Amino acid sequence: MIPLSWYLILAAALFSIGLYGVLARKNAVAILMGVELMLNAVNINLVAFWRYLDLQTVAGQAFALMVFAVAAAEVAVGLALFIAVYRRRGTVAADEIDLMKW
Amino acid sequence: MNIPAFQPSMYLALVPVISLIVVALLVLLFDALWDEEKRRNLGWLTFGGILLTMVLTAFLSAPASPSLVWGGMLRHDWLSFTFAQIFLFGAAITALLSMDIPALGRRGEAYILMLVSTIGMILMASAADIVMLFLAIETTSIPLYILAGFFGKDDKSTEAGFKYLLFGAMTSSVMLYGLSLLYGFARTTSLEGVAAALGNFSPGLALGTLVLLLVGFGFKVSLFPLHFWAPDVYEGAPTPIAGFLSTASKAAGFAVLMRVFLTVYPSLEGYWPMLIAIAAAFSMTVGNLLAINQKNIKRMLAYSSIAHAGYALVGFVAVSELGVNSVVFYLGAYLLTNLAAFGAVAVFWRVTGTDAIADYAGLSRRKPWLALAMLAAFLSLAGMPPFGGFIAKVLVFAAAVQAGYIWLVVVGVLNSIVGLYYYLKVLNEVYHHRNEETEGLPLPITAPQGIALVVLSLGIILIGFLFTPFFNLGTVAAAALF
Repeated sequence: MIPLSWYLILAAALFSIGLYGVLARKNAVAILMGVELMLNAVNINLVAFWRYLDLQTVAGQAFALMVFAVAAAEVAVGLALFIAVYRRRGTVAADEIDLMKW
Repeated sequence: MNIPAFQPSMYLALVPVISLIVVALLVLLFDALWDEEKRRNLGWLTFGGILLTMVLTAFLSAPASPSLVWGGMLRHDWLSFTFAQIFLFGAAITALLSMDIPALGRRGEAYILMLVSTIGMILMASAADIVMLFLAIETTSIPLYILAGFFGKDDKSTEAGFKYLLFGAMTSSVMLYGLSLLYGFARTTSLEGVAAALGNFSPGLALGTLVLLLVGFGFKVSLFPLHFWAPDVYEGAPTPIAGFLSTASKAAGFAVLMRVFLTVYPSLEGYWPMLIAIAAAFSMTVGNLLAINQKNIKRMLAYSSIAHAGYALVGFVAVSELGVNSVVFYLGAYLLTNLAAFGAVAVFWRVTGTDAIADYAGLSRRKPWLALAMLAAFLSLAGMPPFGGFIAKVLVFAAAVQAGYIWLVVVGVLNSIVGLYYYLKVLNEVYHHRNEETEGLPLPITAPQGIALVVLSLGIILIGFLFTPFFNLGTVAAAALF
């Protein structure tokens, strides 16, 4: 059987890629995709921990389901806000949304 | 650790939540029944419903002794009770202030989002389980993202919602990664269970999860270095919503921060108080220094709210009952004070359409009562006696001195002096400068705004003089965590 640590390393790598995407990408939709990668890393963590260490309860699976639901809600709200911004300015590049600074 | 089985009495812990859901459904119903003109009254409905909820909560939901309810998801204790009342009060005032802002107050969904967000805050303050904690934080945040960007035709408001969502989604994912590690290594999702298992963690792992969680909580309370969203979001968001964000939402962040750190990480008390002390010192300094040169009053209040998050944390680093008590008291006093400040800004903006500090010149001649409410709010923010903000600052500094953080208190006091300067700069415009052009123009205050400002101003003065009952409530609340 594949050891648990492999899953954790995969999740950590995915999380780091997501975080890099969030910090480095300019397009807001790409930033949101980075956030999704981070949340998926969390889900891998949760399900792997549940499968290897906590089979008696369903806490890990339930937690992962909650993460799905919340991520979906967050993306729905996020895309709605992006559309509102896009309609006004014709762009969702994060570095051009700079009406307010300092 | 034993989790009590379900009993019907557990519903009492959920009285505020159930009551708010009923109010939200009523708002939804009347939103469909009433026409555009009448929809302003949804604000009265929300306000009345929340007041009723506060009374019901006080009579039915006062906890006897701390107990875990609903399968260990929530902890029903005086801390959650006190914070629930603070959030409810903040939401009620926000509803009043929103009513006469046309694009906000005549839209039923604005009130529903406020109510749902308040439900999330109440659950945040009582969550005793990692899954519940995460769900409550997101229930609070997602409606607030929408509310910050509520003026879909306004460039600043949409930008505020956009930035708030991006920063919020990122920090909550980081926090969630920390929560998943806590669950995995402790093999349980209950906070007490995690605390018991923390001894088996390697110190690096335990400290790592703490930092990951602090990213999420620090975002909610706008703590340095996670503060940079606050000025943009407060400036762009509708003014009553900015007030709500800076008070109730911040208080909810503190409730979670205190509960999680004191429940889960008592074994690391050698490390995190110093971490938080440094963050608090930077929050105060950065917030106050950047506030000095602001031209926009909402932006200035945003930087001031970063500084106030720092002051409140000064009490928390003491890690004592007095410390937690002082933080609760501080947040209560700050809620009254900052809602009054944002309320006055909302009243002024509704008529004049400007948020520039320079445009406040001559306000005392144009509308003396509004100027007086601003005087009370800004002097209380600056921590002047006899207002509530003074007592609150004394308490947090006293708690830190008691715990030996003299340097932090010195930083805090120096920062209060810097703060006084820019608060007085606004009052200088209001009282000292004159503006011949606007002097005779009317500045009407509508009934709900008037009620809100009178209640808040009296509240600021009341807790400045009669602080004992509030202090005692804070003592009981703080005892729930130790």
